[in-house]
Amino acid sequence: MKAITSFEQLEGYRERVKAAQKKDLPSVLICFGTGCQANGAVAVAEAFREEIERKGLKVDVNVGFKTTGCHGYCENGPLVVLRPKDVLYLKVKPKDVPEIVEKSLVGSEIIEKLVYKDVNTGESVAQYHEIPFYKYQKRIALRNIGNVDPRSIDDYLLCDGYKGLARALTMRPEDIVSEVEKSGLRGRGGGGFPTGTKWRSCRAVDSDVRYVMCNGDEGDPGAFMDRSIMEGDPHSVIEGMIIGGYAVGAKQGYIYVRDEYPLAVKNLQAALADARAMGFLGENILGSDFSFDIRISRGGGAFVCGESSALMRSLEGKVGEPRAKYIRSVEKGLYDKPSVLNNVETWNNIPVIIRNGADWYASFGTRGSKGTKVFSLVGKVNNTGLVEVPMGISIRELVEKIGGGVLNGKKFKAVQTGGPSGGCIPDSEADLPVDFDSLTQAGSMMGSGGIIVMDENTCMVDVAKYFIGFLVEESCGKCTPCRDGLPRMHRILSDITEGRGREEDIETLTELCDVLTCAALCGLGSSAANPVLSTVRYFRDEYEAHIRDGKCPAGVCKSLITYSIDAAACTGCTLCAKKCPQQCITGERKGAHVIDASACIKCGVCKDVCNFDAVRVE
Amino acid sequence: MGANVQKNKIDVKKIDRIIKGYDKSEESLLAILQDFQRAFQYVPEEGMKRLSRAMGVPESKIYAMGTFYKALSLKPRGKHTCKVCMGTACHLKGAGQILETIERELKVKRNSTTEDGLFTVESVNCVGACAMAPVVVVDESYAGHVRQSKVMDILDKYK
Repeated sequence: MKAITSFEQLEGYRERVKAAQKKDLPSVLICFGTGCQANGAVAVAEAFREEIERKGLKVDVNVGFKTTGCHGYCENGPLVVLRPKDVLYLKVKPKDVPEIVEKSLVGSEIIEKLVYKDVNTGESVAQYHEIPFYKYQKRIALRNIGNVDPRSIDDYLLCDGYKGLARALTMRPEDIVSEVEKSGLRGRGGGGFPTGTKWRSCRAVDSDVRYVMCNGDEGDPGAFMDRSIMEGDPHSVIEGMIIGGYAVGAKQGYIYVRDEYPLAVKNLQAALADARAMGFLGENILGSDFSFDIRISRGGGAFVCGESSALMRSLEGKVGEPRAKYIRSVEKGLYDKPSVLNNVETWNNIPVIIRNGADWYASFGTRGSKGTKVFSLVGKVNNTGLVEVPMGISIRELVEKIGGGVLNGKKFKAVQTGGPSGGCIPDSEADLPVDFDSLTQAGSMMGSGGIIVMDENTCMVDVAKYFIGFLVEESCGKCTPCRDGLPRMHRILSDITEGRGREEDIETLTELCDVLTCAALCGLGSSAANPVLSTVRYFRDEYEAHIRDGKCPAGVCKSLITYSIDAAACTGCTLCAKKCPQQCITGERKGAHVIDASACIKCGVCKDVCNFDAVRVE
Repeated sequence: MGANVQKNKIDVKKIDRIIKGYDKSEESLLAILQDFQRAFQYVPEEGMKRLSRAMGVPESKIYAMGTFYKALSLKPRGKHTCKVCMGTACHLKGAGQILETIERELKVKRNSTTEDGLFTVESVNCVGACAMAPVVVVDESYAGHVRQSKVMDILDKYK
């Protein structure tokens, strides 16, 4: 392909791609996100190709066909969307394909068994945008995902791709910075620092070399929006970075991607090559004086490398240890040059802000938190997946309206936000608006947008122990409060969950939290207290039940629970007795079974296999 | 480490080929070590030595990277890698019990390799497939909504 060297050429090319599109062609979109692929999307796509061919239909002439990035509703994958009817089929299997082609693609019938059914009302909904999961969303960051083939730059151009870049190149760099400032965009990676301010500070430092970087080291457990964006719409991130490079005066950009995301690396690499071939990267972009390129660097599987200074050390090919915060990256970042590091979702918002203007973007969200945010709504909730909503929506709306309520009709207990640096917010605070400032006030934080729903069977002491355990493993070991404080906290929490808790433990924990918050070198350590402090603040009674009564009210902590079989519910099917690794369940066929508590290792296999919910945990 | 794991005979040419594919710059160190990891299932000592010479970087520094990054392993791994996701969503949905089942059935501790060298079992912090929790990844293949009583069926396919 010949490189495009002017705005006119770009628009001409876009028009030609548009003209080549067959309007109103029935088309099949198959989600190829990691989730759907795991559920068998590749086989489904293959079945569609074969069936379309067998029927004598021709792709591109009679039928459009493409694989897309993640629609976010991974729980129900593989997802298949039929256009132009906007029908969404869930959990599609290869054997369903002939029926879909016959009835819904050639014909216009809807196959009832494949459409969404509301868990609470039983009502079925066939239209993609009418499903509650999508209906209440406002998709800006996820604007293209699910519509475009991530491997096709033409698809991206059809969605007004690189228009933001073209507009940016007609503006003065400082005006772009002002526009981003005016939009109120704040960093989507966790800190929530105003993006425009960061760019302005970087521009203000005198230097001939500057860098822009994209933080794709999404490490917060429970969050996967960055993965979805990098996999499903890589060009939006690249376009954002080119604009950022132009605005701050950088010639080189870097994308740092987690090693655990192989598909994201592949799609980004392909997108970079296409952008280079088209002339969006390289020398004299679109005929301007501006030259810029981007390199990809794979992370090494270390959580701390999501911290800005550690990420830059890792990019330089060193061990990823953070440094003290008084040295700012906008002054001395990568290779000690002024640098801007933004998160994937932040970069992805830039092209639309430049294209549609700051006022448009700022019309969404709250006073202090503008725009929309992608959340990964996961855990014990009916509809799990990625949802994008305007900032300021309440936790309850997220969980109940979009998430369809708590799984299996259990009682909603709390949500955890912000990953290991965040905290738990209880049911009583669930009307809180989700934005940067309210979450921080409630003792948690926005983080990268993980919203993990917890029900009555979640033990909050165990959750605190889980996060501290995570951080013990991921602490780089450079500073003492983090290296030594976290294991100490973990030991106390283990004691509590294993029935050795002492009355003074809660106080000792809070003291250790204070030391960490004040004295740790980087954000990993200084925010590590949040999971403990927030659970103590809202669920102190649960800590006390463990310590004083030796009980785990949620029935999670192994040392404090026993398994038994409810004789009235047991049908004597013998399945649990067969599967028990300890062979400590006895009973006659068709008679109630009994667990020998002295031999039981509390592995939970019996509860998992029981079809009659007869195994009790107390 | 399992007694029967044969140390792969390390192909030095392969090592040099990987190194040659990159610029002679410190920036490439992590990427090269990751390529070693992919090519040999671990980072061989010989690889670190040759990399040190080729880049003019002390061996100690390369060793430090080998121990710091979780994606790199200094011991040979099993034929298949089984990663049990321990992200928050997976944790809430019983990932711990799934890992214990695998440990019990394969007679192996987490982050080590089975006696016969077939599986290396690892716990990992979130593979970013939270909507399908709990998740187990064998080599490059993801399995979601894994149940404790069914997890061995997944692994049996690799035996």
